[in-house]
Amino acid sequence: MSANLATWGNKLHSGEKTYPIVQYSGRFFIASAILMLVALGLLLGKGLNPGIDFTGGTQYVLANVSDTDSGPAEEAIAAIDPAQEPRISVLGDNDLRVQLGVLEDADQQALGDALAEAYGVPLDDISFDQIGPTWGAEVGAKALQALVIFLLLVFTVITLYFRAWRMAAAAIIALLHDLLFTVGIYALVGFEVTPASVIGFLTILGYSLYDTVVVFDKVKENTQDLTAQSRYTYAELANLAVNQTLVRSINTSIVALLPVGSILFIGSFLLGAGTLSDIALALFVGMAVGTYSSVFVATPLEVALRRREARIQEHTAKVLALRESGEADVVVHEDGTVRVGALQPGEHRGTKAQPRRKGRH
Amino acid sequence: MSKVTKSARKSLIWLGAIVVAIFGLLSAGVLSGNASWTPGLALDLAGGRQIILTPVLTEGSDQQIEQTDLEQAVEVIRNRVDASGVAEAEITTQGSNIVVALPGNPPQSTIDLVSQAAQLQFRPVLVVGDPGVSTPIPDPSASPSDEPTPGASAGATPEPSPSASEVANLVTGTETVTETGASATPAPEATAEPTAAPTAAPGDETVEPEDPSSFAWLDETLLEEFESLNCLDPENLGGRSMGDPDVGYAACAEFGLAKLAMGPVEIEGDDLDTATSGPETSQTGTLTGRYEVRLQFNNEGASKFGDVTTRLLNLEQPRNQFAIVLDGVVISYPVVNNRITNGEASITGDFTQEQAEQLANQLRFGALPLSLEVQSNQQISATLGADQLEKGLIAGMIGLFLVFLYSLFQYRALGLVTIASLIIVGATTFGVISLLSWGLGYRLSLAGVAGLIIAIGVTADSFIVYFERIRDELREGRSLQSAVDHAWRRARRTILASDAVSLLAALTLYALAVGGVRGFAFTLGLTTLLDVLVVFLFTHPLMVLLARTSFFSEGHRWSGLDPRQLGREALYKGRGRVRTGTAATASTDGLTLAERKAAARRAKVTTPDASATDASQSPLGTEPKGDSR
Repeated sequence: MSANLATWGNKLHSGEKTYPIVQYSGRFFIASAILMLVALGLLLGKGLNPGIDFTGGTQYVLANVSDTDSGPAEEAIAAIDPAQEPRISVLGDNDLRVQLGVLEDADQQALGDALAEAYGVPLDDISFDQIGPTWGAEVGAKALQALVIFLLLVFTVITLYFRAWRMAAAAIIALLHDLLFTVGIYALVGFEVTPASVIGFLTILGYSLYDTVVVFDKVKENTQDLTAQSRYTYAELANLAVNQTLVRSINTSIVALLPVGSILFIGSFLLGAGTLSDIALALFVGMAVGTYSSVFVATPLEVALRRREARIQEHTAKVLALRESGEADVVVHEDGTVRVGALQPGEHRGTKAQPRRKGRH
Repeated sequence: MSKVTKSARKSLIWLGAIVVAIFGLLSAGVLSGNASWTPGLALDLAGGRQIILTPVLTEGSDQQIEQTDLEQAVEVIRNRVDASGVAEAEITTQGSNIVVALPGNPPQSTIDLVSQAAQLQFRPVLVVGDPGVSTPIPDPSASPSDEPTPGASAGATPEPSPSASEVANLVTGTETVTETGASATPAPEATAEPTAAPTAAPGDETVEPEDPSSFAWLDETLLEEFESLNCLDPENLGGRSMGDPDVGYAACAEFGLAKLAMGPVEIEGDDLDTATSGPETSQTGTLTGRYEVRLQFNNEGASKFGDVTTRLLNLEQPRNQFAIVLDGVVISYPVVNNRITNGEASITGDFTQEQAEQLANQLRFGALPLSLEVQSNQQISATLGADQLEKGLIAGMIGLFLVFLYSLFQYRALGLVTIASLIIVGATTFGVISLLSWGLGYRLSLAGVAGLIIAIGVTADSFIVYFERIRDELREGRSLQSAVDHAWRRARRTILASDAVSLLAALTLYALAVGGVRGFAFTLGLTTLLDVLVVFLFTHPLMVLLARTSFFSEGHRWSGLDPRQLGREALYKGRGRVRTGTAATASTDGLTLAERKAAARRAKVTTPDASATDASQSPLGTEPKGDSR
């Protein structure tokens, strides 16, 4: 398969094989738009399932209990604070999690002792977590603030680097696409949103942009001397760039997803929900969709935006006119599409390849 | 040796030097007994209690909580925690929050201690004594004549001279009001012998002290408290109860320099508007070269302070001093040398600039109607933390192993370069984190471990970008050496740009986020930097050197850079001669174009399918890409 991927990569590189990603951008836009609307609908309709860090409350985790029956815990809680409605769940193999509303300080200690006794675990094996009701709002507000500032900074940096604000805009829209999709998955499945998942969401920002920047860098390279040639349009060269980086995108996403997947696997099957698997879950979804969007959303969007630039419009018109006249020095596939890519030996020959003399047309 | 290989070797030597320096420093630290080989673990891995507090102003207050107030609050909490005997507590600020991390499972009393609000009180000084436990003061009624003032304070009683440092600071009005004792306040005791007070004792509680400076406050309970108070014990230097504001109180001065017995509270922190520090100016407006702390009282405070200074002004040492008590510790007890009625006072003395600032900060903090709200109170069991760390490391190992396998599969021998680079990134990251944990007290948290594991992917991507570039250049028909050269120039730009975005994300998260996000952002940022370091100083130089070995430059089929697999069947050697490498046509090397074509035709006849893809690849070198030049 390695050799096949390399051969496939060769064809993509030379332009022998080209997936018309930019040409069919409309389809991808519609698909993504539908997904976004669904995600938004889920988010507003069903909403996220916030963990106790966001709602406030108390949580106990008992490690290595011999019996994961929830009965003793319910009794212990009823004895101390009958008004509580505990949610008891089993994490991993033998960890028990008890979630409650806000407790009095004194009850907190007493319940810890009671649970330790009920399940016969040492007090040192009990973790507990008490979160005030306003804490989550603050964490959320901070994350949102970080997001906005980050987006502004990134917009500036990318604009400066690529010298095109439309590229920055496309990158950021692709990023929001990834973020919304991931959060939508959370709403759909009902995964609990914890501070660790928020870390995951924020990392998607970095990763999604990283991936997009790599693809855009190739687009920039291919279109650097755009106006100095009249064979291909901007869109065609951008599409070539996406195709040429396709192998890299696949390799990178596999390499990035392998460790994340292994955390997710270990985390969910051996540990139960915890910081690690919460981060990994958000990342796994986000990285996968990030790779997709850098190829199928960011670049087509970038082309759609940059097409409006006068310089590029002019150039495209010129290239198409040249093709119309039959003068263009390009290879046409059987289905009528133009083969975009470096010229193959033997293609560029005949009188067309000779330098023109002035005054003769 | 060419210039290129020389500089490549130089880079490798540099990297070696950096790695040796990191581990050398670390081992020096370990040998000196301060550092450890492994990084320190944060609470969620080591187990312990984490409390997040947010300072909140009482409703209706129009003041603002500033950074210095937050730091002051941290200072106060640190004193309290140290006093309670908990070792290795970490108290830090995060945004507008205070995070207190205590190892083990501390009792509820410690938690309450941490979250109680700090108060500021002004009390008149009655007695100043040595910091240690006093020899039981003789019953006040037994020998009233020589106790308690001069006796108990033989060594520590500050002389009025300002040279006795902070202890003997002077309070002066900014407007010099030097009226003396004209008001009605001076009590009979004011001029009386200190012996007057103790006569009121033993158990004779019916005697009503006439004013806050009266020795009548020095009743049996207070005397006992004063005597038994040991200011050399750090326990008494923070978080003590502030006592009943309406009776006398005994407390230690900062750093355990002295202990004081005081009358009831006369002015509360609420009455203080603000405090500032700055260079002292004399009445003529010239700088004296010393520093002062200026206090600004509100209207109510000003009138109270006027009364206090009027009364204290005429009293004898040490009763002409008033003590400023913050959180159970006397932070200053200046002598009054003016009557101050306008609410603007200044404390002068032998302050350094820092000391003056510190005192002003303490006063300002005490003036805030601040309470600490517990936002999150988290107990992590040490077993659970160790479990998480262990599983996290296993997950990381498995992830790393899979990445190794995949890169070997994809890049053959070149995969070994990826593996070596990842190992070097891993080793330097480990070394740097251990160093930071020693030098700066960095603690690795679970989120940090997650950041490290995720960094594997981002780091490996730099190599993928680079290798794919080399392959692209080979596909265009370059020799390996020139392909490495060209690919590096282009890949370098991409790697730097994408790493810059990654770093930007890490920095933003680190600066703005709270809690676990920071630990995550830190490791992500660190590994991004180390990634750049290793790509520049290891991966690229190594590629330059490897490109000169015959294994890679001749495109061995396991090298991962085999031009045949990359669609470059033949290499143009000039003069119409082409070197081809396929096994079937290996012998055609050196044939001319016509002979090669004939051979190709023959091959096509025998295996039409296999050569289908080759047909488009004519043996001549490619034209340059039409788009980029």
